[in-house]
Amino acid sequence: MKGSILSKQEFTFDDLKRILLEGAGADEGVDLDGDILDSEFETLGYESLALLETGGRIEREFGITLDDDVFTDNPTPRSLVTAINESLSALVDA
Amino acid sequence: MSARILVTGIGVAAPSGLGVEDFWSVTRIGKNAIGPVTRFDASAYPSRLAGEIHGFEPKEHLPGRLVPQTDRVTQLALVAADCAFADAGIEPGTIDPYAMGVVTAAGAGGFEFAENELRKLWSEGAKHVSAYQSFAWFYAVNSGQISIRNGLRGPAGVVISDQAGGLDALAQARRQLRKGSKLIATGGFDAPICSLGWASHLHGGLMSTSDEPERAYLPFDDAAAGYVPGEGGAMLILEDEDSARDRGARTVYGEFAGYGATLDPKPGSGREPGLRRAIDVALTDAACHPAEVDVVFADGAATPRLDREEAEAITAVFGPRAVPVTVPKTMTGRINSGGAPIDVVSAVLSMREGLIPPTTNVELSDAYDLDLVAVRPRTASVRTALVLARGRGGFNSAVVVRAVD
Amino acid sequence: MTRRVVITGIGVLAPGGIGTTAFWNLLSSGRTATRGITLFDPAPFRSRVAAEVDFHPERHGLTSLEVRRMDRAAQFGVVATREALADSGLDLAAFDPYRIGIAMGTGVGAISGLDTAYRVASDEGRIAQVDHMYAPGHLYDHFVPSSFATEVAWAVGAEGPSTVVSTGCTSGIDSVAHAVDLIREGSADIMITGATDAPISPLTLACFDAIKATTALNEEPETASRPFDATRKGFVLGEGAAAFVLEELGAARRRGAHVYAEIAGYASRSSAFHMTGLRPDGREMAEAITVALDEARLDPGDLDYVNAHGSGTRQNDLHETAAYKLALGPHAHRTPVSSVKSMIGHSLGSVGSMEIAASVLAMEHHVVPPTANLRTPDPECDLDYVPLVARDHRTDAVLTVSSGFGGFQSAMVLARPDRRTA
Repeated sequence: MKGSILSKQEFTFDDLKRILLEGAGADEGVDLDGDILDSEFETLGYESLALLETGGRIEREFGITLDDDVFTDNPTPRSLVTAINESLSALVDA
Repeated sequence: MSARILVTGIGVAAPSGLGVEDFWSVTRIGKNAIGPVTRFDASAYPSRLAGEIHGFEPKEHLPGRLVPQTDRVTQLALVAADCAFADAGIEPGTIDPYAMGVVTAAGAGGFEFAENELRKLWSEGAKHVSAYQSFAWFYAVNSGQISIRNGLRGPAGVVISDQAGGLDALAQARRQLRKGSKLIATGGFDAPICSLGWASHLHGGLMSTSDEPERAYLPFDDAAAGYVPGEGGAMLILEDEDSARDRGARTVYGEFAGYGATLDPKPGSGREPGLRRAIDVALTDAACHPAEVDVVFADGAATPRLDREEAEAITAVFGPRAVPVTVPKTMTGRINSGGAPIDVVSAVLSMREGLIPPTTNVELSDAYDLDLVAVRPRTASVRTALVLARGRGGFNSAVVVRAVD
Repeated sequence: MTRRVVITGIGVLAPGGIGTTAFWNLLSSGRTATRGITLFDPAPFRSRVAAEVDFHPERHGLTSLEVRRMDRAAQFGVVATREALADSGLDLAAFDPYRIGIAMGTGVGAISGLDTAYRVASDEGRIAQVDHMYAPGHLYDHFVPSSFATEVAWAVGAEGPSTVVSTGCTSGIDSVAHAVDLIREGSADIMITGATDAPISPLTLACFDAIKATTALNEEPETASRPFDATRKGFVLGEGAAAFVLEELGAARRRGAHVYAEIAGYASRSSAFHMTGLRPDGREMAEAITVALDEARLDPGDLDYVNAHGSGTRQNDLHETAAYKLALGPHAHRTPVSSVKSMIGHSLGSVGSMEIAASVLAMEHHVVPPTANLRTPDPECDLDYVPLVARDHRTDAVLTVSSGFGGFQSAMVLARPDRRTA
């Protein structure tokens, strides 16, 4: 893990929603404002390409490097937000 | 081999109209759609006019998931393809997906997308380049996205021959139909109105520098001094006649009857340009005598040398002032691979209405022995139309479309 | 009766050596041409390995003016074309120029030239809109790569139907198929075809980094391209060109030409699924293979060799293996399958033509090139991939396939003309 921007220390669910919408849009049948924290990205209509774009945007905005398997290991918004915050706190501690 | 190839659906995205009826209502009366560039700040460049499509909101037409991963050119192509399929009345499941394909012509690909990614790459760094850059700009993107959106599992094709490519795509679609496909969506699109695209056009050296929308693009006029770039294109549904009849196709706009293509000799060879030969091949292919042709949709490059070559080729084939000639792209500017498919749409709509759309703004130069349909439209029974397209680098293509009873 | 179309001239410009001989020496030896990138500093990128061509255009007869006018890919195309034409022994001056056509393939056109032009004209990204005064004078010819067809036409004096075919990573097969169609339908008597790409540029690297499609095996560049191997980590970018002279069989025989192979069958199908993703069942590729074999009037058992797409991504390797099983049945296990991308990398659009060249040379020498670097077989890929070492093998009919973004799947069958009944 390496990073440069230390001012943004928390990655929120709203950050994730915003980045998903900017980078990949939303499926017409899916309400991102609904109860989706534990839905899998795939059922929300985000396939691996959309997740790669999303991951790239998170990396750039938050100054972190995500593991290649981050979306495989964290297939839902809740677990992804948790994992990214762990990366961010590791960054600040370092 | 002898079965006819029919045009059974059309879709247009042009500066003069998004959708066939809007497009035709503007085109038939010769209304100018060229204006100042708005897609980027062109004020510092020597050319500042374009044929832009205004008011196109991709999210009104396309799924939200598709918009971030597509260049404008692909969005326009997808919307025009949707219109063409709807127009042809293709019900899902009526045709074997493996028997349906897509052939498009490309010019610059998703060029605005590419420029935006180049900007991120060089100003912010490699990690700022989008995942979608891996396909959003490349020349095959429109055929790929159209095949995915419409479930076309048959052959896909992409040709690039500058402005002539739009006709070459149609010819390749016909080849696929003759080899057994039942339906091919085909056409061409370009939309590179961005700073790197503009720099490319400027270095091409044939761009108009006029600031007057009505005086900037004047093919076959003594004042011809280059072209204005435009954006958009058209999509046609071509079907094998038997298959179209079997499924009860509701509209037959016409027959794709003939095609010919050549490449000009290398400059300095002293040999004749290839356009006349391309026309001859297309007419022979259509088993069509020159006297049967009711209108020629000319390429209309609007530089004196190219205008002269084209006028001479038309006169050589048809005789002096023997056939009405028109350049409706005077309303839209030149759209590279999108230009000629739009002309083919205009040609079949001319047949439908019995009206030849005009070459707007142009006063015919005395230097050309053409019967130019200038300024005002002309009522005429149009049964057979010849569409010409010439591309930078010497590409000449000619297509004959014919009315079907 | 359909005119039968044959290859009578080959030119190749590939990583590891320029010219057909160097190309075959590399493939038949099982050596690899992948290495750390030298064309520019690859430090900012995730993947820093590629198969580059050591190319000095002036040594291959290109004039200063031509070098200045053409993008690297266009230069490759012209040099390969000249070799192919010389190899064919044809004197094109004896033909009607209108009967000679061009179908050049490219996946990404002049991307390297555009990348450089942007870098310079934007002052390395310092100005938001490019200053056209600093862009190269021939930028339009990079902008719309139909210039590649024009350059080749000018090099050989062709004035017949000419175009660039650009279906992404199937371009190199589709362009040759396009050329075959034009001869069969009678639009041309001689076609110059093939494909060229020079995609190794910062923009290309950056976008494949973003989708993690290219290998991260930066520490082992010589063995980084590992199709069908369990340790694969994505494809290795390549570059290069292959060109062919195509003629009608009877005409070629009458002039006593060396006939390399007949292009006996071809088909292309689309998966209509996803721009970069593949359904694992391989159905559309299988359909393309079956239709191509039908057109060639060959059965799966007639194939002596399958020249695979073998890009070295897990997704591809599984997709392709499934497609062979579906289309070839039990013969999928009996027929040698190999990927030359293990040695020359993946040059996107042009590699399909380079693989046609490899297939034809395999027939010429009765030697099947190997899949280099295949030391740890992936248990899910259970065909005979000819690991590491080329194999002497009677080769009279070959299937070559390409699979690309957009979901395009193309298959071509090459055969000795006397291999099949007319």
